[in-house]
Amino acid sequence: MNTPIPRWLIGLTAVVYFFLHLPVLVLVVFSFNDSKFSVDWRGFTLQWYQRLWERPDILRGLKASLIVGSAATVISAVLGTLLALALARQRFRGRRALEGFLFVPIVTPEIVTGISLLLLFALLKFPLGLTTITIAHVAFCISFVVIVVLARLQGMDENLEEAAMILGADEITTFWKITVPQLWPGILSGALLAFTMSFDDFVITSFVSGPGSSTLPIVVYGMVRKNVEPSINAISTIILFATAILIYLADRLARAK
Amino acid sequence: MGAFRERALAWLYSRPEARAWALLAPAGFWLVAFFLVPLLIMFVYSLMPRGIYGGVEPGFTLAHYTRFFDPLYLQVLQRTFAWSIACTVICLVLGYPVAYVIARSRRWRTLLLFLVVLPFWTSFLVRTFAMIFLMRDTGLINSWMLKLSVIQEPLTILYTPFAVMTGLVYGFLPFMILPIYASLEKLDPSLHEAAEVLGARPLARFRRVTLPLSMPGVVAGSLLVFIPALGSFLTSDLLGGAKQVMIGNLVQNQFSSARNWPFGSAASFIVMALVLAAVMWYLRVKDAGARIEPAK
Amino acid sequence: MTVSPQQPVVQLSDVSKSFGEVKAVDKVSFDIKRGEFFSILGPSGCGKTTTLRLLAGFEEPDEDGGEVRLLGETVNKKRPYERKIAMVFQNYALFPHLDVARNVSFGLEQRKTPKIEIEGRVRRALEMVRLKPDMFSHRMPGQLSGGQRQRVALARALVLEPAILLLDEPLGAIDLKLRKEMQLELKALNQQLGTTFVYVTHDQEEALTMSDRIAVMDNGRVAQLGTPAEIYENPRTAFVARFIGESNFFEGLARRAGTAWEVRQQNGACFQVPPHPALANDKPIRIAVRPEWLDVQTPDAVPPGENALTGVVREIIYLGETLHVIVTVPGSGDVTVALRNEGQLIKPLAWKKGDTAAVAWLPEDCQILEEE
Repeated sequence: MNTPIPRWLIGLTAVVYFFLHLPVLVLVVFSFNDSKFSVDWRGFTLQWYQRLWERPDILRGLKASLIVGSAATVISAVLGTLLALALARQRFRGRRALEGFLFVPIVTPEIVTGISLLLLFALLKFPLGLTTITIAHVAFCISFVVIVVLARLQGMDENLEEAAMILGADEITTFWKITVPQLWPGILSGALLAFTMSFDDFVITSFVSGPGSSTLPIVVYGMVRKNVEPSINAISTIILFATAILIYLADRLARAK
Repeated sequence: MGAFRERALAWLYSRPEARAWALLAPAGFWLVAFFLVPLLIMFVYSLMPRGIYGGVEPGFTLAHYTRFFDPLYLQVLQRTFAWSIACTVICLVLGYPVAYVIARSRRWRTLLLFLVVLPFWTSFLVRTFAMIFLMRDTGLINSWMLKLSVIQEPLTILYTPFAVMTGLVYGFLPFMILPIYASLEKLDPSLHEAAEVLGARPLARFRRVTLPLSMPGVVAGSLLVFIPALGSFLTSDLLGGAKQVMIGNLVQNQFSSARNWPFGSAASFIVMALVLAAVMWYLRVKDAGARIEPAK
Repeated sequence: MTVSPQQPVVQLSDVSKSFGEVKAVDKVSFDIKRGEFFSILGPSGCGKTTTLRLLAGFEEPDEDGGEVRLLGETVNKKRPYERKIAMVFQNYALFPHLDVARNVSFGLEQRKTPKIEIEGRVRRALEMVRLKPDMFSHRMPGQLSGGQRQRVALARALVLEPAILLLDEPLGAIDLKLRKEMQLELKALNQQLGTTFVYVTHDQEEALTMSDRIAVMDNGRVAQLGTPAEIYENPRTAFVARFIGESNFFEGLARRAGTAWEVRQQNGACFQVPPHPALANDKPIRIAVRPEWLDVQTPDAVPPGENALTGVVREIIYLGETLHVIVTVPGSGDVTVALRNEGQLIKPLAWKKGDTAAVAWLPEDCQILEEE
């Protein structure tokens, strides 16, 4: 089309972008504000970031998030990759149905998943803690890993595995020497995605965590509720940057040849 | 080791279905045990009478579901529905133009797309807090308006329906923009040229070529906003306070202060049913639409 | 298992392979001799690739779907890595994460060949496909052109010194000029190494150029098996006649006329055919006549002994080396005659559009077709 884009459309787009990003930018900027209560700019400071180090609850929350995140990532990466392999390479009854079913955990509201898991653990009298959180996170992360790895598998040249076999490599050797190296960026990408989802999760975690096992989002939620100090801005900024970097890496990996 | 490998290979090769199931089993088990079974338990609980401490006791009752005919709870359902629809419409109105501009721009496209995708991945909690930071009585908006003497006293922005709606739109807008962009981007530019040659002016071209062909994206985007809005909890919790109750908050309440697990399960099941209904509707519409899409 | 030089290295006996309801390969039988350049030729969907995959082991014949024998051994149930066979794929299938040298040495590593030996063999294999080892060994597949990738794929297969090499339309994605070059190279390798080549293609020119024998496939069956000359000059069925080169078809009822045979068409026209076992009185017969076996003559000046059918010149197509004269003959449709171009500027053709003319041919210059 040769007609230029109408000015008002560009204006509207700019406003929307503003709306989408301004609140977070403001949040980040004010994490450096040298003032505890006022939203007036009083000078640049890193004290709120330093305060974070001094807060045991934040450090404990971070530790919990990292433990749960790592465990959930590894488990869902392995399970998800196996599932993706089954969907991509095997012919079996119910394959279509399973592919569709994978979307259900993604579509289900977090509140529903959280509640139902709480009920399960209560019924089994299983104590709530880091284990239950990990179990819950794996349950919703698997779908994401499968989607990413499946996309990579489907884009993969099927002849590669056949070429390896005709050159003398049996199924197991072919898998390790040819399939996995090809798949690796996809698996890593899916893993990073899973870690990010796990790290950021609040709703589901809030239902399946016990008193001593608060993850970072839960601690932050508590801080938001109690409306304390700009430390919230500081921890929010850190979380923002950390996850942005992870997602960027996941995206690069997903595109890697 | 060699013999084991031989036997493993022979077994793998001889029974393709077994091979498939071996790969599926771990993830399958996890999903069944920790996703399906809990949902089943929730459904069963919703049909049992409430026990003394808020749990359940043996029996069967539909009371928890019929309770939704009570105006108090009906209102919650209506409000949730209304707000979800309103949010979808607003996102559509704001999102479509943005998607259009991105699809039309060549130089800035990557950057613009990146800026839309970025909010997707930042923590929802953090973004909601950003809203609070702006909207609360001592927040940025109020303090600047006071400073510029636009108002004399702080405006109550937080804990109003307006705050919740803003929060919902802010949270879900990227979900609307991306599918519409994807749909527009696939549009064959020669269709516009053909329309132009046939005498159609820009507005007519939009109305009769662009808009109908971008419908799949519009429908997808609408669903990607509507469904999470239905089940949303955090936004109304943090931005709405005690008064702007959506169904998500109702559910959460039953599991904390109200201590009524079966009722909470029923409410939860209703949300789930609404979401699934929306998804099924979308799948039907998608298949019907696929037959009308232009041949490439 | 060793095979004597006379025994065929590949034997397919009544091999069938179905996918669900569809029979992709239907009771196919043929033998391939040692050192032969054997092509399987046919249009898309005829079953040629499936046949090749049955040889490779990527597909298994149906339960009672015949026997595949390689080097004297029945290999129906053998996995690809258990067969002593090499393959070059249509889209090369080079391992993207390994460089050229590692790609080529992959098969040798699987056989646990000692490292010292591998290096030498890889070098020789690359030289054989005309890629300088020093330049190419450490390049990655992504950095190579299509032609180069194909050569690496070839080297990867040949380095194993296989008795049998399978090739699945290897030159499909390569441009014309390079393709012709590579056809000659492949043929040279086949003769030089003595390796049996089993070559799948849909390009009949390619098959005719390179092959010792061709199996023409149609709908899962072998329509005809023979040398390029046999296939081209004596096509057995209308399908083969049509698929290989161009053919004109004439039909009618056969009739004995003294010692000779005649075919009478519905409109009364008739022509002679040489004796053939399939001929019987009043039997519907179809013959194929290639354009280059026909000539255009004035209807009353046809040389004696030649068949002639009269029609109207519809079109004359200038092809440089030849001229195609298309004559519409009642009862036989458009007949294409290929005439050598003797220079239109010096000695132009006597015919032009709209002229009445006869297409003529010698009775023995035809092919009597069998039922399909």
